[in-house]
Parts: sequence; C-alpha cells; structure tokens
Amino acid sequence: MEPFTRFEGLVAPLDRSNVDTDAIIPKQFLKSVQRTGFGPNLFDDWRYLDSGEPGMDSYERRENPDFVLNQPRYRGAGILLARENFACGSSREHAVWALTDYGFRAVIAPSFADIFYSNSFKNGLLPVQLDAETVERLFRETQANEGYRLTVDLRTQQVITPDGAAFGFEVDPFRRECLLEGMDDIALTLQYADDIRRYEERRKAEAPWLFAG
Amino acid sequence: MTARTLYDKIWDQHVVRQQGEDAALLYVDRHMVHEVTSPQAFEGLRLAGRQPWRTSSVLATADHNVPTTTHSGPIEDPLSRTQVDTLSRNSNEYGIQLFGMGDARQGIVHVIGPEQGATLPGMTIVCGDSHTATHGAFGSLAFGIGTSEVEHVLATQCLVQYKAKNMRVRVEGDLRPGVTAKDVMLAIIGHIGTAGGTGHTIEFAGSTIRQLSMEGRMTICNMAIEAGARAGLMGVDDHTIDYIAGRPFAPTGQLWEKAVADWRGLVSDDDAVFDREVVLDAAEIEPQVTWGTSPEMVAPIGALIPDPANEPDTVKAQAMQRALEYQGLEPGVPMTDIRPDKIFIGSCTNARIEDLRAAARVVQGRRIADSIKLAMVVPGSGLVKRQAESEGLDEVFKAAGFEWREPGCSMCLGMNTDRLSPGERCASTSNRNFEGRQGQGGRTHLMSPAMAAGAAVSGHLVDARTMADRRH
Repeated sequence: MEPFTRFEGLVAPLDRSNVDTDAIIPKQFLKSVQRTGFGPNLFDDWRYLDSGEPGMDSYERRENPDFVLNQPRYRGAGILLARENFACGSSREHAVWALTDYGFRAVIAPSFADIFYSNSFKNGLLPVQLDAETVERLFRETQANEGYRLTVDLRTQQVITPDGAAFGFEVDPFRRECLLEGMDDIALTLQYADDIRRYEERRKAEAPWLFAG
Repeated sequence: MTARTLYDKIWDQHVVRQQGEDAALLYVDRHMVHEVTSPQAFEGLRLAGRQPWRTSSVLATADHNVPTTTHSGPIEDPLSRTQVDTLSRNSNEYGIQLFGMGDARQGIVHVIGPEQGATLPGMTIVCGDSHTATHGAFGSLAFGIGTSEVEHVLATQCLVQYKAKNMRVRVEGDLRPGVTAKDVMLAIIGHIGTAGGTGHTIEFAGSTIRQLSMEGRMTICNMAIEAGARAGLMGVDDHTIDYIAGRPFAPTGQLWEKAVADWRGLVSDDDAVFDREVVLDAAEIEPQVTWGTSPEMVAPIGALIPDPANEPDTVKAQAMQRALEYQGLEPGVPMTDIRPDKIFIGSCTNARIEDLRAAARVVQGRRIADSIKLAMVVPGSGLVKRQAESEGLDEVFKAAGFEWREPGCSMCLGMNTDRLSPGERCASTSNRNFEGRQGQGGRTHLMSPAMAAGAAVSGHLVDARTMADRRH
C-alpha cells in the first residue's frame, strides 16, 4: 500500500450529503476482477451525459459540463471535499479504488459511513473528519478561490489552508501508523498466528459446533 | 461482573488480542463469499503466496451477477461470466464449499446462510456485502466488509476491528393487522435517519420484535446498514432455535443440546447500558413507502408527498428538492397517486418464503394492471423457489401476469440484465432507493412484499390492507 504522510493538492467540492457508493461507482463497473481502472467511471452517472458501460472509451463520451469534477478549475483535484455521511450504502471497495484511481488522496467530510471509512485506510486514501462548521468554511473558501489547495498532514493530524489556518483531526493511532508506514496489515496480523491458534484451541473446546465441517 | 449487551458479549468472546487501546484482533467464525467482492481478495492471497487459514469457515455462492431468466448454460454477458467462473475456480482451488448456478442451494448469500444453518447464534459472520447485518437476526455479530478485509479474513481468520457503540431500538406493542417487518424497519429508518446508527451496533428489541418470525427479523436486521449501522442484531429466543433445528449445517445430537444451552445466554443483560436508545410504538406504524432517493425519505402510504418548503433544515430541504426532481414527483400529491412501471419482489431483504406468501395472498385471483410493463418475483434461493412451487405460489403469480424467475440479487442492484430504464418507476421490495441503483435514471419506491403486490394489481401505490384476501 502506498504510504500517506503529507499531501498538498487542489480541492474539489462535492456539495451533496449522503453520497452513496452506488453513485461513486455504479454497479455495472463492479464486474471487473481487478483493483485498478475504475477512475474513468468515478461518479459515472453524474459525470457523463451518456449511459456508461464497461469497456467504453471515456475520451469518446460526452461529459456533463455541470458536474463539479468536469469544471476546468477543479481538474486534477487530489482532495475531495464532501458533506455528511459520505459513501454510505454498499460495502464495495471499488468506491475507494475509483477515487484513488482518479487521483484523490484524501476526502474531507463532516462524517463518513463506517465501511467506506475502514476501506479507505486499506488503500492509502485518507478520510479526514472535520466538524460541520469547518467543512462549511472550506466549501466557501474552495468555491470563492480558484485554484484553492489544502495540505493534509497525517503526522501532525492537521488540515492546513493556504493562509496558514490549521484544523486538527482525529485518527486512530493504529490506522495512522499503518498508513504512515504503508504497512501490509495481513503480514502484521500473521505475526500473531500463535495467538490465533491458541484462541482456536480454546474455542474448539468451548464451542465445538463452530468448527464443524 | 458488569452487565453487558449482547454485542458486548459476542465481541468479548471473539477478541484474540487487544491491538492498542481501541482496536482488537477479532476472530471470524463464518465467512460468506460471493463473486463480486472476492476475486481481488483471492488474487491478493495468491500474489502474496498465502493460503486461506480455515476454508471450512467459508461458504461461497454466486448471486449478484447471475441471470434470473435461466440458470442452465453459460452466462451471456462475458464480464459476469468471468466473475462467476472466477469464483468457481477459486472455490475449487482452495476447497471452499460453493453453491453455484444449477445447485438448488444457490441463492442470495444472506438467504442461504440462515437457510443452511450456516448462520448460528453467537458467531461472528462477515461477507463482502453490506447487507451481512441480516444474520444478526440470529444473535450473531454480522457485518459487511470491503475486499481488502475479505482477503484479511481469508488469510488470517481475523479482522482488526474497532468496537462500535451500543444502540438499542425498541419496538413495543402489537402491530396493526397487515403491517409487516418491512414497514417497521422503514419506520425506524425514517425516525433515526440513514446515518442514525453510524458508529453503533443496533440491537433491535421489544415485544414487537419478539413476536416476529425469523424471516421478519431478518428483514429488519438486513436494513441496519440503511440506518447507518454496520451491524444489527437481536437476542436469541425460541423462534431462533426452532428455525435452526435440523438445518444441514446445524449441530446435531449432544452437540445440539450443548449449543442450545450456550445460545440461551445470547441476550443483553437486563441492566445492560446502551449509549443510545430509541423507542417506537408498534400501533403507530402504518405501511411505509419511500418517495425519495434515500431510505430515510419515507412516509406512510396514506400521506402526501412531503414539501421541501416545510423543511426548516436547508441542507435537508435541498436534498428533498433534488430527490423529488429525480423521482419526477410533486409535493402535496397523495402517495397513492404514484404509478409504477415495474414491480420487483425479491432481494436479501424480502425474498424468503414468508415474503412470497404475503405477496401471493394479495395477488391471488387478480391480474396485474395493464399499465405495468413488467412484474417479477425473484425467489431468494433455489430452495425458497422449490418450496413456493410446492405451495403453488408460482401459479398464483404467473396467473396474475408476474414472471417467475430464478434466484439471485437481480433488480435490487441491476448487475445482471434486470434493470430499470431511465425514467422508469419501480415498486420494489429491496433495500436501496438511491439514484440509479436499479438502473441509470430509474426511480425506486421501497415497500413490503404485500404493498408491492398491491401496487402491481392496482397500477398505483395502494394500502394493501384494503385488498381483501380472496382465498377466504
């Protein structure tokens, strides 16, 4: 996994609450057996005027000029600014893969759905939770200033604005460590293989029906 | 010992080791796998040169992509076929039990787990699917995970998890005749909102819940995720144990007796403390239908479509406005004026035998309205289908003009060809009414099987309680 330490990038504002993972990556693109290539279909229904299907050349498709990511000033954004309950619904990790494949490294929102939040950390995408008032301020500043950029620093757990204002955010220490180091968390868990085996032995004695078959 | 909730008890029992202050390495008893969220996990395992930890804990089925017109012969769509074939290959390679297409036990993963007795009380159950919460109806801790976590569980039988807060939703009293579990759950979501349970595990409790069948309980836990909670669960009682008895994966003989004795303790202690509690009065719950593009945008069937102008919260009012535009609806119009083009009875929420019986009771002796372009029943599993056919329900549906299909997720998410076209409106027994969920530009109204059946024969949304059961 790509580590995340500090990222500075252009901000794109997605001004909708309860954005669901079906909107982030529609179902027809879940048929891939790969982890890559989802970027061109990020927000497909909103981003294009035609109906998207797997295998279409995204350069040949008609973009929706009203959709925020299609506006010239937000092209190349690396930080997505979003509203409450971002990425609710389906557990599809493809939503995270689509965001990172497109080029996002961080999403800032007042709240996230639980499964998406956890999926993000597995893929080097940092979900930053800030209070609604701060997010509102960032929306205003992003919309008012073309080329508005933010710095997200995981080491200091801060979001820093161009004029130097810094907003702290919380991250669980274990997740932070994994992301800073870009750790393989399966290898980490396998260090405790003996603990897992001991647990299994104990449970087999207590509740053997759990180990049938 | 301090009083504990059911969630606390299952959690404590599965901690392999504490991982820092908040995180724990949690053991997984049952891992259910389907074709869409697993291929990258198996591939990751292979690339890292790892083996699955305990394949006997894994149960696989193909459900999201499978066609519902026929299950014989190869799938036409090459991408869907590749995914389903990949699941077969991975299952064969690692010796994982697979209920594939053509097997009568195949079906929607959250229908077949309980049906097979593979879902047992006190288990931790995961699946790369957000509706895994369904299994919580059996007093198990069940939640949806992403593909990286699928790989983690395959490789280690564990997950690093953060304990959620405890929330209890109590529903008390007798439901009015004709009001179902789906109505209860939609009413709960309408009450607490789609983020109401975020960061919490919801225990559903109260006299109303205790009176529900296991099918009804599954419908409720299934949609915990639509209330923001990764897991929903319910205490074990006689209904739970009676349902499991004799199922293929359930323990037998002495082991059964020992298991049942253990399961009886799977309830919250009387004095357990919940971080949050919500109470609903069952008598106040009417049949519910969603009007908007989020499950919280729901109203009783007798209501008018709400007006954003009356919503004081501007963010909410904007969302309502956008939803009405997308849905092609006007505020102030009776819900019963909504006219669907298609009817979908199916999904992991409502495709069990009881659901099909409830829909058939309304359909019996009637025809679908001329304005309905397509009405389909998609049983949750091959065994549900077989049971329904033995009761003659298929004939009831077919005589009314419904299509009787093969099991799968179908139009709940439209990964196969069962989809809405732009602008089409659907009365659906599924769980999500998001924009484009059932097909780009499609418009979804969520409701119970009886209500969807009522809409099919009336041509518009209707209070199904007004439609007498013609069998009597």
